[in-house]
Parts: sequence; C-alpha cells; structure tokens
Amino acid sequence: MTTAIEVRGISKEFVLRHTRSIKEAFVWIMKGRKGDLSKKFHALSDVSLTIEQGESVALLGLNGSGKSTLLKHISGVMLPDVGTVQTRGRVAGLIEVGAGFHPDLSGRDNVYLNGAILGMSEEQIEERFDDILEFSEIGQFIDTEVKFYSSGMYLRLAFSVAVHTNPEVFLVDEILAVGDEPFQKKCIARIKELADDGKTLVVVSHDLDLVAQICKRGVLLEHGRVVLDSTVDDAVATLRSRH
Amino acid sequence: MSTIDLTTPGLGGGLKDVLRSRYLLKLLVQKELKVRYRGSVLGLLWSYVKPGVQFVVFWFALGIFLGMNRNTENYPIYLFSGIVLINFFNEALSNASRSIVGNGGLIKKIYLPRELFPVASVWVSAIHFVPQLFVLLIACFIAGWTPGVVQIGAAVIGFLIVALLAIGLGLFFGSVNVYFRDSENFVDMLLMIATWASPVLYSWTMVRDGLFDAFGAGTGGILHTIYQVNPLTIAVELFHFAFWMPTTSGVTDPLTAVPPNLLDLWMPIGVAISVLVILLGQFTFRRLEGRFAQEL
Repeated sequence: MTTAIEVRGISKEFVLRHTRSIKEAFVWIMKGRKGDLSKKFHALSDVSLTIEQGESVALLGLNGSGKSTLLKHISGVMLPDVGTVQTRGRVAGLIEVGAGFHPDLSGRDNVYLNGAILGMSEEQIEERFDDILEFSEIGQFIDTEVKFYSSGMYLRLAFSVAVHTNPEVFLVDEILAVGDEPFQKKCIARIKELADDGKTLVVVSHDLDLVAQICKRGVLLEHGRVVLDSTVDDAVATLRSRH
Repeated sequence: MSTIDLTTPGLGGGLKDVLRSRYLLKLLVQKELKVRYRGSVLGLLWSYVKPGVQFVVFWFALGIFLGMNRNTENYPIYLFSGIVLINFFNEALSNASRSIVGNGGLIKKIYLPRELFPVASVWVSAIHFVPQLFVLLIACFIAGWTPGVVQIGAAVIGFLIVALLAIGLGLFFGSVNVYFRDSENFVDMLLMIATWASPVLYSWTMVRDGLFDAFGAGTGGILHTIYQVNPLTIAVELFHFAFWMPTTSGVTDPLTAVPPNLLDLWMPIGVAISVLVILLGQFTFRRLEGRFAQEL
C-alpha cells in the first residue's frame, strides 16, 4: 500500500480579528499594545492521519469540529501553523460545488473555466465535455447563461464537472445533497464507482447513513482533535451515542 | 501511481506557476472580458469612448485653455501617447489590487496559484490598451510618423516597464488588501498622483525649469532626479520618443524633446526598478498568501 495523504501533527489557530483597518491597528500599537487585538480559536490541535491509496474515509463530527478545515489543509487552501501535510498525485476537491462558476457566463464557458480551475488541461476538458454534459442532464441549456439556471441545474452541472476531473485523491465536502432524488442517486453511484476504481476519497457529510454507504473508514473529530479512527460504522455509532 | 512523490499541497512556485497554468490564465482573461461590459449597448467600444472623451477634455483644458498647444508641437499626439500608457497602468493596478479580495470566494475553497488573479487583471488591461494604441497609431500616421526599429523597441520596453510595475505593485497591494482594506484606497490615491507625477500632460523641461526656479539648482536638481527615476516617467518618455518625436519637425529641439540619456541611462534604470518591484511584490505575496483562505 502506498500513502496517499499524510497529515502529521498539524495544528491550526484562527485569529478572530476585530479590526480591519490600519487606523485601529495603529491606535492599538500607540496605546502600548494593551489588551488583545484579536481572539484566538483552535480549529485543529495536533491532528495526525495517514490515508492509503484507494481508501475511502469519512470525516465525522459536529459543526465546528474541524472537518472542513482539515479538508482545506489537505487541498492546500490552508497551510498549518504546526505540522506537515503531504499528498501524492493530483488532489481535487468537490468542495462546495460551483465555487468557480460565474453567473454571467454560459454553461459551456463555465465547464471550461471550472474544469481548468480544478486542474484539467484544455485537451482533457474537450475530451470529457460530452460526458460532462450527458451526466449533468443540462442538454440544450448548456449555452444559456448560468444565472438563468434553476439551483438544481446549477449544482448538477457543477457536480458533473467536478466528478470528471479524475484526480488521484477526491475531497468531498457536503455536496452529496445535490439535485433531485434520481440525480442524487446517480451522484452517489458515481462516487462509489470512483472508490471502486481505487481512487482515494475523503468525505465530509452530516448525512451519516449516506457516508456509511460510501466509506469504509471513519474518523471522528471533536473540537479539532481526532477522538476515534475506526470503521465507519463504529464512528457513526460513537457520534450518535455521544450526542 | 506510486512513482509520484509525496508533495506538500498549497506551496506554490509563485509567478512560475502562472506560466504553467497558461490555459487557466487565458480562460480567466476571457471571463473578465466577457463579464466586464455585459448588458451594455456599446460593449467593448467603451474602451475607445472613455479615453476618447478623456483626451478631448485634456486637450481643451490643457492644450487650448492653458496654452500647451502653443508650447508643444503636435501636443495632441504628445498628450495621447502618455495618456494611453497611464490609463493602462491605472486600470491594471487598480484591478490587480482588488483581484484577490474580489476572487475571495474561489481562493477560500480551491487551491490554485493565486498570482493568476493579479496577472489576469493586468492582462485584461493590456487588451484594453490595444484599441487605444490603434487610435494613437492612426493619429501618428496622419501626422507623418515613420517609425524606426529603435522607436518600436523603445515603445515595447516602455510598455514592459509599466506592465511589470503593475504586476509587482498589484501583487503587493493585492495581498496586503486581504488584511487591510485600506490598501485599495491607498492605491486609488497613488494612481491619482501617478497621472500628475509623470510628464503626461506637460513636458519634462517644464518640470526641470520649475523645480530649478522654485528650489535653486542644488535641491531642484535632486528633486528632478527623483522625478526622473520614477519608472512611469521613464516609460512615458519612451512613448514620447517612439510616437511623438518622429512627428515633430525643426521647431522642436531634438536635444530637449525627451530627457538626455533616455535610452542609454534611464531606460535600463526603469527596467531594473520594475524588476525589483516585481521581486518585492512576489516576496510579499508569498509571505502573505498562506493565510489568505482564513482572512478573506
């Protein structure tokens, strides 16, 4: 087995800054730095996690337990204060689908733009464009500006682009509730397919039954610490029994 | 698959990464161009109309009211060749400083080389610069402009000085803007100064004579050197050298039309300062970008 993701002893402290201007910072310095300019908040404390290639891991926990923050460290959006994160191969996030979408561009333009943002090359996008279109079920509306889409259409297209990026490591954050039921089933089937293909999956979701279907391993986070690293059923049961 | 090494995510290679993501850069620029004039009747024509009106205003106020037409031969061409360059700088830096905060939604969620955004802003401005350049070239040809290799080379270098300067300052102010939103207001002020602190509206001899009269040869000389070191001054004079000077006749003394030693002294200085600014901008950006996602 080869390691796909290695998280070693990372901690992350957020500064809840109250000031946003040089003036306030200056006044604070002039007053002899009295009081705390900002409050601090531990989002992650000494988290270590090794994920092998082909594993499907669910990150579980209540709101604010640090799941999404951990995912952002794996994707490289955030850098840890202490500790190291290493990944092997291309990592792509299905993190909040549609982050790279622009409402004033057509669906087609958005597929290209979002595909490139998620790290695809021009050839890859062109090659997979038909698959993306078919999967999204957008059909003739592909050349309409995205702002005229219904929210379901929007999410379907965004999800479709994301699942066609074909990276080695997939990070999935709260996006499984996409579209109507038939489409949701299709998405879940697709994600399972990825897992069966030997892709590494890290999933964050509050839908515990759903993640139990997709993932094998479960990691339970509480106040930024790993409290349990076991099978997904264990982790779900523990989470439910605690709260 | 196991042949790929473990790498640390989120540690980019700076501007080198932008070169590697050329395709994404192209799409970001295209997006910006499509979105900019959406829902407007004139569309891209606005990039002709705005400088056109600005030119007419300056030409009336400075050329006719303040008598610059009498002092400077072919003043409209003199004026316009400077305006197009300063407009490019203004638009590029103004948008680049706002680009990181403006794309915050994306930067918070997906990792990509963030230098792309300021670079894309400057690139978009360069595309808006092209139609203005065409108008300038038409005016030049009407006035009997016959360019040589040296002139064209000077124009290209003048443009590069401004582009590098805008990217460097854009990286700097764009990243600082994430922490202190004062940054974009400071840039607005800086841009207002930039138009007047380079010889766009007046000629460099007026600066020299004015400073010498007001402060004497000693202090005035130092101030004039400071004025001259400004890379924008150098770039604007390079444009004057390229576009305006060939259209002048015997009335304008070729020795004082542009500052002495423009090509062999000031041009290398301008390039050097721009490169220095881009290194400084990149350095600051790299230092600050680690916390973009949590600060935005």
